Amino acid sequence: MGMATETQFHVLAVDDSLIDRKLIEKLLKTSSYQVTTVDSGTKALEFLGLHEDDQSNPNTSSVFPNNHQEVEVNLIITDYCMPGMTGYDLLRKIKESSSLRNIPVVIMSSENVPSRINRCLEEGAEEFFLKPVRLSDVNRLKPHIMKTKLKDHVIISTDQKQENEEEDDDDESGKPVLQSQEEHQQRQQQQHQQQQQQHHHQHSNSNKRKAMEEGLSPDRTRPRYNGVTTVV
Amino acid sequence: MDGVVQLQKQLVDYTASLFHEGFLDEQFNQLQQLQDESNPDFVVEVVSLFFEDSERLLNELGKTLEQKTVDFKKVDAHVHQLKGSSSSIGAQRVQKLCIAFRNCCEELNTEGCLKCLQQVKHEYSLVKNKLETLFKLEQQTIAAGGSIPTL
Repeated sequence: MGMATETQFHVLAVDDSLIDRKLIEKLLKTSSYQVTTVDSGTKALEFLGLHEDDQSNPNTSSVFPNNHQEVEVNLIITDYCMPGMTGYDLLRKIKESSSLRNIPVVIMSSENVPSRINRCLEEGAEEFFLKPVRLSDVNRLKPHIMKTKLKDHVIISTDQKQENEEEDDDDESGKPVLQSQEEHQQRQQQQHQQQQQQHHHQHSNSNKRKAMEEGLSPDRTRPRYNGVTTVV
Repeated sequence: MDGVVQLQKQLVDYTASLFHEGFLDEQFNQLQQLQDESNPDFVVEVVSLFFEDSERLLNELGKTLEQKTVDFKKVDAHVHQLKGSSSSIGAQRVQKLCIAFRNCCEELNTEGCLKCLQQVKHEYSLVKNKLETLFKLEQQTIAAGGSIPTL
């Protein structure tokens, strides 16, 4: 169950609309994701295993990132407008949680409100999709999931120099990033083969790969790679 | 078999007319593309949810607007939901009317809202009718041994 390249990725979808839940579930399943849907932010947090007091345990989480999660979730996609806890509230809670903050979050909304979009992106959302969400939007999720898997990889290999999964980087503290990027490229190639029709989306994937190397983002995502270098 | 070909043609023409007349938009196409062997009734299922949801909302809207003091926030919330679900299945005309409806809510205009509600109800029953006809045609085509042509 631990091999990232073989396991299906698991997406948690949050939306109070039954129709939209059905739709997003179908979109995600068609794209080969394992899907769990919930109808509120509160239920999402329950599913993620987040309890109010988890936020005060940063130490345990940095060594065992998934300690507090019952099931591994690779991405969260949530509606913005929900009664009670909005998608934005949920996003904040996730980013404030030491155990959950590494999970990429995508926001969906039926309304195109620039200030809303910016607020979400600034709070750490990877992307903002306008509803109705389409297959072409869902195709953009993979890089965000892979980026996080990559970050986990790098953190593990720099903390545990003796027993890392990449054999060659004992004494090269700078190299793990490159090596993981090679793996990342391999996965990108696999994606290429699988998604030939989505060729134009590969262009945006390679932009994002470049973004990783330069620490900058060509699109709206804020730079998140500083986290990698500070761990080193 | 002539019969199947004719049915298929009827189906294609009917579907095209729904798009042409603005009842349905591209999103409906997206739904059809998502349907596959693992989920052959996907479109019917989603649209059925839409019917149930819409009827509930239209009912609620009627009640809310009949109150002595109209709770416009509540009206707006219902219309927002209806706008969302109609957008999700591609029911374009209903969606557009919901936008106008929300404007009346913002203006706290009860008369305007009641008028909008009538219009939305009317448009909704039209599109419901159209979609039910479409599904019947699909069933007939399949029953005759044909497949649903993808547009």
